[in-house]
Amino acid sequence: MSFLGKLTIEAVPYHEPIIMVALSVVALLGIALAVYLTKADKWGMLWNDWITSIDHKRLGIMYIILALIMLLRGFADAIMMRTQLAMATNGAEGYLPPEHYDQIFTAHGVIMIIFMAMPFMIGLMNIILPLQVGARDVAFPFLNNLSFWLTAGGAVLINISLGLGEFAKTGWVAYPPLSGLEYSPGVGVDYYIWALQISGLGTLLTAVNFLVTVFKMRAPGMKLMQMPIFTWTCTWANILIAASFPILTAVLAMLTLDRYMDFHFFTNEAGGNSMMYINLFWAWGHPEVYILVLPAFGIFSEIISTFTAKRLFGYKSMVYASGAIAILGFIVWLHHFFTMGSSANVNAFFGIMTMIIAVPTGVKLFNWIFTIYRGRLRITVPVLWTLGFIVTFTIGGMTGVLLAIPGADYVLHNSLFLIAHFHNTIIGGAVFGYLAGFAYWFPKAVGFKLDERWGKASFWCWQIGFLLAFMPLYVLGFLGMTRRLNHTDNPDWNIWLYIAAFGAVVIAFGILFQVIQLVVSFINREALDDTTGDPWNGHTLEWSTASPPQFYNFAKIPHVNDIDTWTDMKEKGEAYQRHEDYEPIHMPKNTPAGIQISASLTVFCFAMIWHIWWLAPIGLIGAIGFFIKRCYTSDVDYYVQPDEIKRIEHEHLKNAPKEVTA
Amino acid sequence: MLIRNLSKIALTAIALTLAGCSGGVLDPKGQVGVEEKWLIIICTLLMLIVVIPVIVMTLYFAWKYRASRDFEVYTPKWAHSVKIESAVWSIPVLIIIVLGIITWKSTHALDPYKPIEGRGEHMTVEVVSLNWKWLFIYPEQGIATVNELVFPADKPVKFKITSESTMNSFFIPQLGSQIYSMAGMETKLHLIADEPGTYDGFSSNYSGAGFTGMQFDAIATPTKDDFDAWVEKVKQQGGELDQAQYKALIEPTEYHPVTYFADVEDNLFNTIIMKYMKDHGEMSYYSKPNNAVEGHHEGAQKMSHHSGAHDSGAEE
Amino acid sequence: MSSVPSSLNPNDAGGHGDSHDHEHHDTGGNTVFGFWLYLMTDCLLFASFFATYAVLYMNTAGGVSGKDIFELDFVAVETAALLLSSITFGFAMIAAHAQKKALTLTWLGVTFAFGAVFIGMEIYEFHHLIVNGNGPQESAFLTAFFSLVGLHGAHVTAGLIWMTIMIIEVARRGLGSHTVTRLSCLSLFWHFLDIVWICVFTVVYLIGAM
Repeated sequence: MSFLGKLTIEAVPYHEPIIMVALSVVALLGIALAVYLTKADKWGMLWNDWITSIDHKRLGIMYIILALIMLLRGFADAIMMRTQLAMATNGAEGYLPPEHYDQIFTAHGVIMIIFMAMPFMIGLMNIILPLQVGARDVAFPFLNNLSFWLTAGGAVLINISLGLGEFAKTGWVAYPPLSGLEYSPGVGVDYYIWALQISGLGTLLTAVNFLVTVFKMRAPGMKLMQMPIFTWTCTWANILIAASFPILTAVLAMLTLDRYMDFHFFTNEAGGNSMMYINLFWAWGHPEVYILVLPAFGIFSEIISTFTAKRLFGYKSMVYASGAIAILGFIVWLHHFFTMGSSANVNAFFGIMTMIIAVPTGVKLFNWIFTIYRGRLRITVPVLWTLGFIVTFTIGGMTGVLLAIPGADYVLHNSLFLIAHFHNTIIGGAVFGYLAGFAYWFPKAVGFKLDERWGKASFWCWQIGFLLAFMPLYVLGFLGMTRRLNHTDNPDWNIWLYIAAFGAVVIAFGILFQVIQLVVSFINREALDDTTGDPWNGHTLEWSTASPPQFYNFAKIPHVNDIDTWTDMKEKGEAYQRHEDYEPIHMPKNTPAGIQISASLTVFCFAMIWHIWWLAPIGLIGAIGFFIKRCYTSDVDYYVQPDEIKRIEHEHLKNAPKEVTA
Repeated sequence: MLIRNLSKIALTAIALTLAGCSGGVLDPKGQVGVEEKWLIIICTLLMLIVVIPVIVMTLYFAWKYRASRDFEVYTPKWAHSVKIESAVWSIPVLIIIVLGIITWKSTHALDPYKPIEGRGEHMTVEVVSLNWKWLFIYPEQGIATVNELVFPADKPVKFKITSESTMNSFFIPQLGSQIYSMAGMETKLHLIADEPGTYDGFSSNYSGAGFTGMQFDAIATPTKDDFDAWVEKVKQQGGELDQAQYKALIEPTEYHPVTYFADVEDNLFNTIIMKYMKDHGEMSYYSKPNNAVEGHHEGAQKMSHHSGAHDSGAEE
Repeated sequence: MSSVPSSLNPNDAGGHGDSHDHEHHDTGGNTVFGFWLYLMTDCLLFASFFATYAVLYMNTAGGVSGKDIFELDFVAVETAALLLSSITFGFAMIAAHAQKKALTLTWLGVTFAFGAVFIGMEIYEFHHLIVNGNGPQESAFLTAFFSLVGLHGAHVTAGLIWMTIMIIEVARRGLGSHTVTRLSCLSLFWHFLDIVWICVFTVVYLIGAM
């Protein structure tokens, strides 16, 4: 074994024009960014105010930036797949041989779920949840920073795989024996394992962190059944993370042992059982989709309630329905493999459990509808996303119930019908939700609103593009087209494949318009400035702070009497109170420990992927060392003094509506 | 706009697929597939009872209660109604109860392991997924083929399925259900073709680089005689399939041409399964004895072939 | 920006609370609660390995089964060492809450010794199996056995490293509130590993040897 393990110059795919172009673009962008940072002398700011920040709001913004970058990468994969399938009809080979194509669909799945949807969701939760419960930060601010950098470390690994070696060619589920050493001897599956493992650790820490925040750090007076609905749905999602991610950790560890030490968990030989992997994987994988979608449900609830200027209909039903979804989500995993040959009783049980989830989901839909009923709905960009969601997601839910019927699944399993279904729920549910939340909370996090016209243009492109891209896949599923095909030879399928590819292009315009929207809004930021901190006349506590919020969130911790606390305070004239005396606020200091630990662990993972045995222990011991060093650092916090708080608060309240100033 | 788009696409989709222009799941040619098609249609219609009102109400309310229509009733504090909330819980519950009953019954009726009733004796075909091709062994005829499956129409076929390597899924959409093929295990599937014809068959579970080429023609011959003639043809053209031949065959290939084997080693299928199954426990606590009819949850399907001699082909 | 440093646990520097009096108490409570939640997730990690063991334990691939390799007497001593270490950790915590530094250190030392005996015996057992050709690569049963027991052993080892650090911390800094909070977390961890071991002992060794 050489000094660099399996890593040689051959690992760089310099003979692959597509990859080399992609890498050059990334390199050019990186250089441009570095030049800008150097010229503008912003490196110090980047390090001091962002990278080492333990402020939940800044971490949230970094999560969302990560998610948007990975959205671009994942979407590039998507459009390559769609164009390949539109070109490779009638027996043509297209431009992506299986060698590439198989990596692309695997990377697309992993990136979109683990490195786009999860960071987006966690980013929104980071920015908003502590504000909604009236806390000054999360329970463990340093761990929050560490969680982010662990997620980022995973994302770095998956992107390195583009230029060094390969990514897994197994599909995002990486079923053994295909993902075992015998059938996948390359480093692709190892990239998959370590990228998921390291980011999964970050996600798990996030869940623990936010659960403690919610259960221990709510503002005085806020009962559990008075928490804002977004906080509730996030809490259910965090419970699901805490209960399901350890299973992913375990199953990946087992696959690691099989691949690295010749163990026999999932091999064909020596009594291994690959069905065990499939069961464990989905025992995590199914809750995972509810982890993604529940917070989105919360976002829609907040948006509908705010923009109808009305209380949320059936708050308790909403909370219980979310809980029912979370719990039921745990006992339905077998519906991912009805075709494995379980008995009719087992299949029927899991099928029925699955469709029972449609009940609480249906309740939620009706509750949103009755929130609109007798309201005053302002049709803004967040509302468009919400309406688009209800229509789209309802269809996705229906096809989901259909797939939950084993008799129907026997012919629809693994077909493009299934692909259409889960994109229908994940795009139409989760992604629409995050984009709605993005538009809704953008002024809160950044300080100015987003341009409405480009936002609407983007929404329509996404909505229409989605229908064009995925409705044909339902048809193709019925026509008997299975997933992960590299090329096709059936003239009846062609038209639908062309439409789907066209739909992907329309979605590309949706993404482009979002980029334009960000640029235009930034240029017009003074006109779009949110001076009051409450641009939409919101109901919950995050709107009581400035935009962007004071770094300590609340000068005085509010007392909560109502679900819609902020509305309650505005009505009672208690909002925007000006005080002359403030108490010092105890705040944690920024720390480089998070990125130090994560960077060491990323080095460890990289060394493990390439079998660089001298480097792996250095990375691991480095990570442990940095952690212990952090534990025994004493200069970790400080007190913000009253005069500074007073200055910041009065600056904010200068723009407050006069009539409610006490 | 949205709804119009949607319904247009949905209608086109339904029209095209129901017209059965080209095979696929909604153009079934066998009893199992026909039942599954009707299951899909009935359940979809049932769900539309909720889905259509939800979509219509959403768009109608969004239009009716938009901010510019400030003459409409506005109740900012109204957030609870026992009547509405009981309705929104009970309507989905009722539909799901109906769907649940349908699910329970259809899952048992369409159980892939259940022999097809009232259509006569089953013939047996043993299916092995290899990288990346299908091996079909006909134990009753003593022949085997690669990437071509032939059986008479109107004759129920019992497929015994396993894999040499990775997991695949054995699927002929126009005949109905699919089932996974897994190494060291045996799964079962019962299908019948009501009409003669050539149907697309393939693997529907991704298994690596050559997966796309794992296609085969499933040919239902018009009569038993046609089938027998085909068997004769295989016997004349085909070579031998013993362990040495089999070893050569399992080397990964893509788009493997149709190949015939006339002389197949006895018990080859069982040998393939036992290669890995011998390492599994004798009396795993979740297994059932071999002779238990329909005893086939996951453990049993591993075990059911432990002593393959008991399997007599068209039993059950 | 004027700031007043104070020395706090890195994990509980949460910006919370108006009232300074309760702040330290509250955040310590957060840490213990958070750590308890982490233990629940760890519990699920073990559950996954237990489930896998239950599925694979019959798959001996013609090699040894539990009956052939488990020596209950040996494991009973191992178990006793770990159970005793849990009791002695209890004494250490009583001493810590009573602010008796020397006594705390003594009991921590005794706990460490028992833990080290446990790990030593486990390493001996593993080594013995491997040199006799019964390593984890031989069959799915041995894979599952080594992984489940080894996962527990890795946790105990981590606990011993943590304990070493805590002994140094107590010796050098005494029993401040943050040190006691950390000791409480380690104590939860240690008792949790004890409970897991009781399950391992029952499911793997007792049932396996029967």
